[in-house]
Amino acid sequence: MKRFTELFLQLDRTNKTNEKVGLLKGYFLSAPEEDKIWALALFTGRRPPRKIKSSQVQEWALELAGIPHWLFRESYGSVGDLAETVSLILPPPSETGEEKSLAQWFNTLAGLKDADDLEKKSFILNAWKQLSSFEIFVFNKLLMGSFRIGVSQTLVTRAIADIAASTPAIISHRLMGGWDPAVVSYKELIHSENAGDEFSKPYPFYLSYAIQGTVDELGKADGWFAEWKWDGIRSQIIFRNNDIYIWSRGEELITDKFPELLVLKDHLPEGTALDGELICFGETKPLSFNVLQTRIGRKNLTKKILEDAPAAFISYDIMEYQGRDIRNEEQQKRRTILENIVSAVNIPAVFKLSPLISFRDWNELKALHLRAREFAAEGFMLKHKQAQYLSGRKKGNWWKWKTDPLSIDAVLVYAQKGSGRRAELYTDYTFAVWDGDKLVPFAKAYSGLTDKEIGKVDYFIKRNTLEKFGPVRTVKPELVFEIGFEGINASSRHKSGIAVRFPRILRWRTDKGIKEADTLENLRALLNQFE
Amino acid sequence: MKIRLISKPLVTKSTISKPNIVPRVVELMSKPVLKFTPSSIYCPAAGIHIDPWRPVDRAIITHAHSDHARPGCRHYLAHKDSESILRLRLGEDISLQTVEYGKKFQINGISFSLHPAGHIVGSAQVRVEDKGEVWVASGDYKLQDDGFSKPFEPVKCDVFISESTFGLPIYKWPEQEIVMNDIREWWLQNRIQNKASILMGYSLGKMQRLINNLQPFDGPVYAHGATFNLNERLRAAGFNLPFIPLITRDTDKKLFRGALILAPGSVLNTSWIKKFEPYSTGYCSGWMAVRGAKNRKAIDRGFVLSDHADWNDLDTAIAECGAQKIYVTHGYTHTYARWLNEKGIEAAEVKTMYGQNEDITEEEIIEP
Repeated sequence: MKRFTELFLQLDRTNKTNEKVGLLKGYFLSAPEEDKIWALALFTGRRPPRKIKSSQVQEWALELAGIPHWLFRESYGSVGDLAETVSLILPPPSETGEEKSLAQWFNTLAGLKDADDLEKKSFILNAWKQLSSFEIFVFNKLLMGSFRIGVSQTLVTRAIADIAASTPAIISHRLMGGWDPAVVSYKELIHSENAGDEFSKPYPFYLSYAIQGTVDELGKADGWFAEWKWDGIRSQIIFRNNDIYIWSRGEELITDKFPELLVLKDHLPEGTALDGELICFGETKPLSFNVLQTRIGRKNLTKKILEDAPAAFISYDIMEYQGRDIRNEEQQKRRTILENIVSAVNIPAVFKLSPLISFRDWNELKALHLRAREFAAEGFMLKHKQAQYLSGRKKGNWWKWKTDPLSIDAVLVYAQKGSGRRAELYTDYTFAVWDGDKLVPFAKAYSGLTDKEIGKVDYFIKRNTLEKFGPVRTVKPELVFEIGFEGINASSRHKSGIAVRFPRILRWRTDKGIKEADTLENLRALLNQFE
Repeated sequence: MKIRLISKPLVTKSTISKPNIVPRVVELMSKPVLKFTPSSIYCPAAGIHIDPWRPVDRAIITHAHSDHARPGCRHYLAHKDSESILRLRLGEDISLQTVEYGKKFQINGISFSLHPAGHIVGSAQVRVEDKGEVWVASGDYKLQDDGFSKPFEPVKCDVFISESTFGLPIYKWPEQEIVMNDIREWWLQNRIQNKASILMGYSLGKMQRLINNLQPFDGPVYAHGATFNLNERLRAAGFNLPFIPLITRDTDKKLFRGALILAPGSVLNTSWIKKFEPYSTGYCSGWMAVRGAKNRKAIDRGFVLSDHADWNDLDTAIAECGAQKIYVTHGYTHTYARWLNEKGIEAAEVKTMYGQNEDITEEEIIEP
């Protein structure tokens, strides 16, 4: 545990990628064999099954620290992380215990599965009394799942690839999917030549950057494919060994959420991996993301939901064909294979091909780009005809070209402290527009300001608070911001009757007074325009 | 005493209700000894303000940080160790009278004295006594002995005005020596890699504390203009601090390899810092106790070193002064006041303009 905590602290102390990779390599080369797989699971966001409820952890911590519940909540508000808050309020270690490895801790925790609350409590209090503040922080993370540190999976992949004398693409493939650190060993996972025996494994997604400058700079237009950029859930459909797996971009297996796609089992060729977008589809065109959202959250998909929000997969790429990895083939060739599959499957209600847009030159495409919203798209995806299918976010051969966001000037009315990096500052804002002489909240936004601006807004909020409701402050209406968003929908759940998608702060309108902010009427006009 | 005795009308109505009468000690007078006005903590009977944030006629200054010592007052009174910095910051020709710790002086029949607050050099708690009732305005304070400023002394009183900058139980300071060792170790690691170690913190208070405690230095040390000016000013006033050379445009960059660079936090994200490449950054502040605060600043190392009382020390200070009523100024006022009330100590929060971020308001970059 000390070793892992030390790694964690050191990673926390540098912002330089190379140093982080170096630290990771150092750890994976020298850590006890049994610990490596657990560390890897933690670094790749695999929550060990939670043994203890976080409410219990909190309750026992309060007891040991001797503080009331409300004070804990205030503290948590400032820290923004439960495990860390607990580690800070607990008294310094009072007993010495025997050092346990990461794997030993996990094994002990696994043994608690059937323990009663009293046993769990005494185990945890005992651990807290022995560990240093930082160790408690790490220990709490293990207890409660969610272990996020400033290391991206890309860095971990790089480090492992380096020491295993492999490539990042192979390693990230091996790291994907549903492996369990309690079952598989580090050696099996990383060094096994037979990494293909887990049929479910998706490929790392190829992600694109937003286009910089204008499309003219991409060279000849006839070297490129253009497709609509769909506003759904980016996903992969894998069909191997007669089973179908649907993965979201968050590496989440979501097969169960889309029963209408199971029919593909009987039609896809064995050994297929498709990239595309899950979307809800009306008669002729995609329904808004809102409709899709209604089904994502549900545990039970009722017949009604399936009828109201029928889902389809719009496919636009293929990474595996007849069991062969074809990511290194050219885009053009992959496209042809994909087109053949879609037409052979021939179930257009649930399995569609993302159409290519025909255009002679960039100007023609630019004209069409302005009309993207009419087609329920967010803009275009541009893909070079010779592009290989890469891993992760890469520049060059794939670009997203989104429509300009919708925007509205709104007044800051509520504020709440941020979490994590911004736990001490008021960074989460609610914005309102005028409805007659009243301000009606319509959107929350977190991002878009510079650190300096955040400092100034925070300063204003702390001195212009009208009321406090728990962590939320009502702020004197004075500051006006331009809020951008990607979509707009009618909503019965919101007071304003309107829900906006991906709201963010475009800029601080210091030149505007609150009377110059937009009205609910303006918002409704936008809604009519785009629904 | 050269302070003129003019009775002045109160600036405005107090925003605070009258202190409730608590029978367990003595009954507080119906007229409070100190009031909270929109400009200051004010003593109506003496016509004098404590740490006003707007210009007033006469002001007692607890310490020389810019949120407590503001320009524009006609007359100032402070502890003698604050004099050199106050003149540097507020003007060489300000009308300033200084006193020693513990020495009583009368204004309009009200008895005043200053007592060590342990916050920074010259920092003082202001004790005010009127007809046997004692109030103490403590400004900023800490209980840890930093080795440079005179350590905090508890002052028995009926009403205590306390800061609460770190009034949450997540803030508990490690021993100073542990932190200094961490800094030495960090500097050593950087020296091995030929990196400069840029150590940041408030120029006034934190830097003197670091300089004083890191001696004897393990390698060369250089100072940013803001740090240098204060260091020289204090040396000229007779304080026992070593000379630390100033970094100028002409300083040979080779000298920075392995050196310790002392600078205010405002140098982060400026071009000034680039001349030290390769370097590691360290920041000394109580806020560094929370990971998010360190990560937000994008610095390499956060050192938990504060000139304010931590959670436990706030409780200790309040217990030791024996006050029956506490006013909580800047910081986690609401939270800390509620905590005290629940413990059975009557407390109320007060809105002041103290505790603003000195990073932004004070530490300009000076490059002579």
